[in-house]
Amino acid sequence: MAVRQTSRPTQLKGPDGRPAPVVKLRHVDRWLAGALAVAVFVWFAWTLSTNQNIRWTEVAAYLFFPKIISGIWNTLMISMAATVIGLLLGVLLAVMRLAHNPVLNWLSLLYIWFFRGTPVLVQLIFWYNLAFLFPHIAVRIPFTNIGYMWDTNQVMTGFTAALLGLGLNLAAYFAETVRAGIQAIDAGQSEAALALGMTPGTRMRKIVLPQALRIIIPPTGNEFISMLKTTSLVYVVAGNDLMTNASQIYKQNNLIMELLIVASLWYMVMTAIATFFQSKLEARFGTDAVRLVRNPGFVQKLFLRSGVVPTAPAPAKIEARDSVSAIGKELS
Amino acid sequence: MKSLLHVEARGVTKSFGDHQVLTGVDFSVAPGEVSCIIGPSGSGKSTFLRCLNALEAYDAGTLVVDGKHVGYDYQNGKYYEWSTKQFAGFRSNLGMVFQRFNLFGHLTAEENVACALIEVRGINKSAAKKRALEELSKVGLSSHSHKRPHQLSGGQQQRVAIARALAMDPEIMLFDEPTSALDPELVDEVLDTMKKLAHNGMTMVVVTHEMGFAREVADTVHFFDGGSILESGTPENVLSNPSKDRTRAFLAKVL
Repeated sequence: MAVRQTSRPTQLKGPDGRPAPVVKLRHVDRWLAGALAVAVFVWFAWTLSTNQNIRWTEVAAYLFFPKIISGIWNTLMISMAATVIGLLLGVLLAVMRLAHNPVLNWLSLLYIWFFRGTPVLVQLIFWYNLAFLFPHIAVRIPFTNIGYMWDTNQVMTGFTAALLGLGLNLAAYFAETVRAGIQAIDAGQSEAALALGMTPGTRMRKIVLPQALRIIIPPTGNEFISMLKTTSLVYVVAGNDLMTNASQIYKQNNLIMELLIVASLWYMVMTAIATFFQSKLEARFGTDAVRLVRNPGFVQKLFLRSGVVPTAPAPAKIEARDSVSAIGKELS
Repeated sequence: MKSLLHVEARGVTKSFGDHQVLTGVDFSVAPGEVSCIIGPSGSGKSTFLRCLNALEAYDAGTLVVDGKHVGYDYQNGKYYEWSTKQFAGFRSNLGMVFQRFNLFGHLTAEENVACALIEVRGINKSAAKKRALEELSKVGLSSHSHKRPHQLSGGQQQRVAIARALAMDPEIMLFDEPTSALDPELVDEVLDTMKKLAHNGMTMVVVTHEMGFAREVADTVHFFDGGSILESGTPENVLSNPSKDRTRAFLAKVL
């Protein structure tokens, strides 16, 4: 994402033919508004940082506390695994939703309705307490006793409950993203594939999905970033994530604000890193529309300046615009 | 019973809801024949062409293409509907060229041509690539094989689309207004490619507004109006001495 700079002339040819300097317009209002905003910010930061009730030494002490670090690790693990579950299941649901088979269609609709219709907090607690419904989980060959049996309470730890709760929930949302991506592909692509003798399955795998990815991938970055923070809900099922561990520490030593600050700092770091990677994804696959919605953040710009810029091929942009106009045509 | 005709349609009808698009089409094409379909927009030309390779299902009538009753197997006095595999197998022997090219946007010109060879014919990648390059050079685009569709002009895209269809060794080529979406100066390169194809003996059904092309290349011209064929004959008969007033009125407007 190149920073656009409009170069303006420093001098122009005057009426007498000799060059005359150009006097730049002073934006007094911009300077005033900027100064005011900085003043408010500095005041806010000052009152917060000099607040006697926040013990910053404790914040520093707990920043790299082992339990916090292991919490970060768990948060990352849960986020990534739940996102993977969500993405895979989401694609499956989207394909089911678009299938000709009415049974698959309705099942997909029911799933999406259920998981979008109930709060994720409720789902997490539900999975954690699955043992109330099914004390044992068994995998065995039907009508025989050959197989394995587990105690549900041992299987359904906070970690697995978090994975299931968050992953299955994301799938419902992601299914809609994938469906939109698939439907945005021009019907002509499908027709050409079928006319060449491809089966509907081959058409989907080789022609439609690869092109739909261009539309689907940028929002997955957003989903992951949102997932990083949604994992904090996992503390209700003791998932040993960052928030759970932070809360366990402050319940003992009562340094509530300090540990919330520690957790927040780490969430911000993780979000910044994820945002950076998302910008790479967008540069690779994104459409202009996505770029218009979300400008690069401060950290991204920092990285982008230092030369770690993913080169966005200009032709890809043109293509994206083409497909947007194609969608417009489809709708009109 | 295999017909000598490549395409034989008797009383083919088709409705979209209340609107009857095809009101009974009688049409035939012999092997090696070039058949042009002309007529006003909305007369059902394109719909009929799409029925020929089963992209659109017809409601009634008989439609035999390449010796097969399109969409059904006739056995023991019953018509059995085709499976998706049978449809795919049938379509793989027919080439289709679309008005809006419909090249696969994520693939290069060469991959566009090779894709169906690999996925449908099961040819290995290197052989498919070789064949793709051959077909591209036949349409004069060997130097553009690594370009994506958006890097090609409309005329070049349409020629890649023709190469893509020809790579499958089709029995018959269907063209759905192949030059209608092109800038005027790009029309000739596509028409020249099609002429070459016609001279090499390819069976072709061409829906077109290019009367010059029809006059020069077609063996038979069909005038479509109101969902059926109003008049058929040699280009000389239909384009120069039409017997119906409706045909004359249409030609007066487009020529």
